[in-house]
Amino acid sequence: MGWLTRSRSRQVEAGAEDKRPMDSEKKIRIPEGLWIKCSLCRQIVYRKEVEKAGKVCPKCNYHFPITVEERIFQLSDPGSFSEFGQNIESVDPLEFSDSVKYTERLKSAQKKTGLSDAIRIGECSIVGKPAVLGVFSFGFMGGSMGSVVGEKVVRAAERSLEKRVPLILVTSSGGARMQEGIFSLMQMARTSAAISRLHRASVPFFSVLTDPTFGGVTASFAMLGDIILAEPRSLIGFAGPRVIEQTIKQQLPEGFQRAEFLLSHGFLDMVVERGRLKETLSQLMCIFAPSGHQCRLVPVGEEGRE
Amino acid sequence: MTENRTKKNTRKTGEEPEVPVWDRVLLARAQERPTALDYIQRLCTQFIEVHGDRSYRDDPSIVGGFAVFEGKSVAVVGHQKGKNFKDRMTRNFGMPHPEGYRKALRVMRLAERFSMPILTFVDTPGAYPGIEAEERGQVEAVARNIMEMFEIRVPILVFVVGEGGSGGALAIGVGDRVYMLENAVYSVISPEACAAILWDNAGRASEAAERLRMTASDLRNLGIIDGILPEAPGGIQKDASPTLSAMKALITEQLERLSALPTDELLSLRQKKFENMVAYRENSMVHFPVAQNASP
Repeated sequence: MGWLTRSRSRQVEAGAEDKRPMDSEKKIRIPEGLWIKCSLCRQIVYRKEVEKAGKVCPKCNYHFPITVEERIFQLSDPGSFSEFGQNIESVDPLEFSDSVKYTERLKSAQKKTGLSDAIRIGECSIVGKPAVLGVFSFGFMGGSMGSVVGEKVVRAAERSLEKRVPLILVTSSGGARMQEGIFSLMQMARTSAAISRLHRASVPFFSVLTDPTFGGVTASFAMLGDIILAEPRSLIGFAGPRVIEQTIKQQLPEGFQRAEFLLSHGFLDMVVERGRLKETLSQLMCIFAPSGHQCRLVPVGEEGRE
Repeated sequence: MTENRTKKNTRKTGEEPEVPVWDRVLLARAQERPTALDYIQRLCTQFIEVHGDRSYRDDPSIVGGFAVFEGKSVAVVGHQKGKNFKDRMTRNFGMPHPEGYRKALRVMRLAERFSMPILTFVDTPGAYPGIEAEERGQVEAVARNIMEMFEIRVPILVFVVGEGGSGGALAIGVGDRVYMLENAVYSVISPEACAAILWDNAGRASEAAERLRMTASDLRNLGIIDGILPEAPGGIQKDASPTLSAMKALITEQLERLSALPTDELLSLRQKKFENMVAYRENSMVHFPVAQNASP
């Protein structure tokens, strides 16, 4: 085991990769060793190779979870992401506590991820074209949607409406945040209303579902994309597999609720590998640009990869 | 008028010995409680029920149709739980499949085309979590209903009459006014599921119910609903008539008010109403919902 997990931390700390987005949500899914074991095919793969492919297993195409920073880095042009709404914070409207206070849970999630809540939103450019991008962090309380996430999704939609540039939301979420009770539920209404305003104004909304996207997030804005994309094998659904198994008291079929399952049932437009996501989005942005705009496809260059 | 009445009601429940939250949950779920069809039949005349989503099948968990309320045509939609055990089984205990929500939307779009206001009756543990529901797009059906209910160009009044179970409730729960019965509950998650997640013990549901703030008076205080309809002591199943006559008066009054609004204003007020339902701090500004329906 030792050689597998041996830390490369000295090299990393030496600053060679200081510019890399902070791996703030690593959650021991990818140990900082030279080699890593793929969670899906269980093969030992060279870490550098995985990272070069945007954290995708070269043997079986498994998409490792990535952080918000990595996602933004992969999708937007270098240095173009300009965040807004970062000072919106939760106020714990129900004064909720279980064994731990909700405010404490928030603090520890903030400490763990370095984020203020489960989403970051900003303006950016994607292969030279402007967009509003929002990315969920599953590491922050399961990417759950409470008031802050709802407000940020609404603001992202408002910004893209105001600038008339496409809205792109990359989701990974367990659903509504129960610690904010009814307020979380109402974010499903607010975000859906915001998407309705975009629809009316013919501003495109591209929804990108990643592993996992469930509950109130899927059952609101995420399923309302004009075009809906998903990463391979992502689990997407309304109720989680365990809830369904408990309800119907039988095992779920193989591949149930995977992106490919949704695609074949007609609820997704395409399953796109991570390595082609930026290119695909750029192509969509081009095609859906307001008429009169020239659709000039610029291939994704080396930017975003070093 | 309405404001005074609802305010009085809130005060009244405050003065009486407080009903424990869990008792309200049980009352909201009581099998003897009137169902959507009961409300429709007792509030309206000439009810014609319609069936099917024109795409897959008819979902008995949701009823919908057209009727006459005080001389005017209206559309009605509701979750239907069923009366006896067999009926409850057929109705899947009021837990709809996607086709149920699609039927509801079909009814509402038809109502829009013929300028009929819409009354909805919310009473569900939630949208059904099953294999087929997922296969047929439960998420898409719920999401679409929520969004399109913001776009429907006729007044919509929502009554949470029993259980308001999360997204499955909201999927017919977006409207210009949202009212709850005194013993109804409305929540993002069932107390059982919440307790299972928090303490790995569904038996602590009554504790979770208190923390979720899911009663009508909680939701009124949080600025989520517009008013509370009183129930007879011991619940509406003891005597439905006082609740029904209050409901009738409320519907008449509100439909009159809402029908007077230009359609674009109606829609923008509906959006604003929900836009307000958020609580956060930004820099030093705190946003909290202002109580609904406070201004004339």
